[in-house]
Amino acid sequence: MTHIGAVGLNTFREAVRDRVLYNLVFFALLMMGAAVLVGQISIGIEEIVIVSLGLSAISFIGLLMAVFIGVGLVSKEMDKRTIYALLSKPLRRWEFLLGKFVGLVFTLAVNTVAMSAGLFLALLYVKHTLERSDAAVLIAIYFILLKLAIVVALALLFSCSTTSLLSILYCAGFYVAGSFVQEMRTLRSDLAGPVAAAIMRWLSYLLPNFENFNVTGLAAHGAKIPTALIAQNTLYAALYCAVVLAGAAAIFSRRNFK
Amino acid sequence: MTPRNSILLVFVLVVGFTAIWHLQIAIDAQRAAILQERDDLLVTSPKLLKMASLEYAPLLADIYWTRAVQYYGQKHAGNDPNLMLLWPLLNIATTLDPNLLPAYRFGAMFLSDAAPRGAGRPDLAVELIERGIQANPDYWRFYEDLGFIYYFDMKDYAKASQAFLDGSKNPNAQLWMKVMAAKIAAEGESFETSAFLWHDVYQSATDPSTKQGALDHLQLLQAQQACMQLDELGDEYEKRTGHRATRISQFVQEGLLRGAPVDPLGFPYELGDDGKAHLNAKSPLLEKQKQFAQFK
Amino acid sequence: MPGPAIEIDNLTKEYPYGFLNLKKKTSLEGLTMQVETGEVFGFLGPNGAGKSTTIKLLMNLIFPTSGHARLLGKSTTNVEMHRDIGYLPEQPYFYDYLTAAEVLDYFAKFYDLAPADRKARVQNMLKKVGLETAGKIQLRKYSKGMLQRVGLAQAILHDPQLVILDEPMSGLDPVGRREVRDIILELKNAGKTILFSTHILPDAEMLCDRVGVIVGGKLQGIGAPGEIVGIKAHEMEILFALPNLGQNSSPLLAKATRMGDRYRLQVPEQDLYAALDQLRNGEAKILSVAQVKPSLEEYFMHLVAADRAQAAAVEVTGK
Repeated sequence: MTHIGAVGLNTFREAVRDRVLYNLVFFALLMMGAAVLVGQISIGIEEIVIVSLGLSAISFIGLLMAVFIGVGLVSKEMDKRTIYALLSKPLRRWEFLLGKFVGLVFTLAVNTVAMSAGLFLALLYVKHTLERSDAAVLIAIYFILLKLAIVVALALLFSCSTTSLLSILYCAGFYVAGSFVQEMRTLRSDLAGPVAAAIMRWLSYLLPNFENFNVTGLAAHGAKIPTALIAQNTLYAALYCAVVLAGAAAIFSRRNFK
Repeated sequence: MTPRNSILLVFVLVVGFTAIWHLQIAIDAQRAAILQERDDLLVTSPKLLKMASLEYAPLLADIYWTRAVQYYGQKHAGNDPNLMLLWPLLNIATTLDPNLLPAYRFGAMFLSDAAPRGAGRPDLAVELIERGIQANPDYWRFYEDLGFIYYFDMKDYAKASQAFLDGSKNPNAQLWMKVMAAKIAAEGESFETSAFLWHDVYQSATDPSTKQGALDHLQLLQAQQACMQLDELGDEYEKRTGHRATRISQFVQEGLLRGAPVDPLGFPYELGDDGKAHLNAKSPLLEKQKQFAQFK
Repeated sequence: MPGPAIEIDNLTKEYPYGFLNLKKKTSLEGLTMQVETGEVFGFLGPNGAGKSTTIKLLMNLIFPTSGHARLLGKSTTNVEMHRDIGYLPEQPYFYDYLTAAEVLDYFAKFYDLAPADRKARVQNMLKKVGLETAGKIQLRKYSKGMLQRVGLAQAILHDPQLVILDEPMSGLDPVGRREVRDIILELKNAGKTILFSTHILPDAEMLCDRVGVIVGGKLQGIGAPGEIVGIKAHEMEILFALPNLGQNSSPLLAKATRMGDRYRLQVPEQDLYAALDQLRNGEAKILSVAQVKPSLEEYFMHLVAADRAQAAAVEVTGK
């Protein structure tokens, strides 16, 4: 456990020292601009615009970080040959991998919390008050974070088995596919043939379903999100990460570091 | 990797994915409950999207059009008549790529069809098509779509006829556009317009069957008009005598007519048991009338 | 006397390559050897001979195609083995966003030391490798030599029983090399076992109790540096001057090398006295007679040449 924490902390430190968190400046400017502008160009939808835009930006920035840093988590250590000294310590390979995962998820969490603060400040600026229903926004942000954790796990899996560029492409592919899972499931067998429809159905359950975590629309309208969904999504993300990381660890533990 | 670890991995994968599968089903149910009335489109401003999409606007348009199709298809499959997102999706798709012809054509179809088949919003369908025409003035088929929307969904025969007529002015338009305009004008009882158009078709048609068809229609129009006039006489006759005439000769006896009128082929009109005028049973035009009625 | 520190048994590593990984390149072939506890063992060989492959196999960074190895009595697949082993990778490189102190502290965390102990050790180690003033500078500003010192520091940070160093002298200036030598000797005096690879032979000759020479993935010889050298027959070197050049017509003169007004002649040991007699007859002035000690370098070159010849032969016969 301390080993995983040590690797995680170092991963976080790397992100901080590589000035990854500077993206927050961009987000802050975006939120400020939106807060000031939306009041001038529109009436009655300030809250919806701020929430939609803010959540989209949090998700998008988070995705970029998760994919690009996630893909480099392992490959960078190999390219720079820093992994040799590290793995000569009494550190198991899966501990290293899990530490990397925890570190990046923690980095993303810190980043997301900072962005959320910006979002709520902007919201406060346009509404002059916060209500109970704004809690839905917090849940939406939490769901984004769950989604990002799955993306990080996938990035780790790919970067354990292929090049960085291909890993990025695979991640993007999985993300897009994972966002259209619902459509795959409803593919009718009379259109695609029974075999294709069955495969699609299977795939739709095996692929990560990122649509599960999308409650931006609900949050923008301050709707209530059931507690059961929060629990289910949390469990879903945990399970999916566990499965993907187990695969990644299996590949990584067999890898030769020439 | 040791065999023990391999077994562990397989176990984790099988159990993990089974659990994920079941969990997904639960999540689907949960989401269906909260999202049923809440189809939502995050960004509804096409202009904002167009700005944000940079040079990828046409691609994004394709995506939105696909979303629109999926949305319609899903609602259709689920017998859900609530199609409130259809218009925004189509609006965005066609703004992002004004030349996305299928989005206008099929989109208008989805919009104009009455529920439960469509959104039951022919007014929006008309707006969509008119935007399509504006952006793609050379594409005559939009007029066809517009004509049909007016004809079937709005029952506005004058506008439908006008739409077909406008479309037929396009040099690429097929002749039947004019035919449609004429037919619809007749149905809307604008005999003059209809006759004028059929005459035009008769003049411009080159193949004999179209020419014959135009002639038939002209003759039928004439007959239809004659029958209507005869019916008016029938009303007058009833007013004077207190009962409906059953023979044309009764009009002559009453001094309403000078002689028995004949159709363009020379067969005298007849009155039915209800007193309404119709073509002579022996007239070949009767056969044509039945034929054309089938296509309505 | 405890058992051997390193036992290597028939270790073989093949790398698949080519289309669908159908071809195989053998980096290490059937290596069997032992390193005794408390010994300084030099692993010698030209670049690409299989030294790094062997060391990475020992550190479980790569996995053998066949055979196995035990370090300090533990299998290489046992992660606990690393507790008592220090390793310096070839051309070490560390997280350039960290300072030397941070890197050492990070690595120290994996040995489950108490924070205070960790801190003391890190400071101690920085002093030992001469980086106490540079400890607070990010590694991206370090020179190659400084990185090598950091590498050495992290290898011995946890006071390991066995230290494995991959090319510890490469990239260092003479002063740096001397410092590394001192550290190795210090470890030896503390009773540690050291295995290091090098292609710089004087270092090995000076430090090692035993050396193993590996060329082309095969162990070519193992033993004390002197023994290895002893494989080849000794020769004697005679240095002489010829004040009266004209009178000397010895056939030996043709074999001698002229260096200014002196001549250098190398003869087999058994021919020494005959040669000396001849020179005396020719009124040569003998300046010195010394045993020629063939260096490891020569031995090494000899083996490489043999290996290349063999490789060429294999290629020609298409085996």
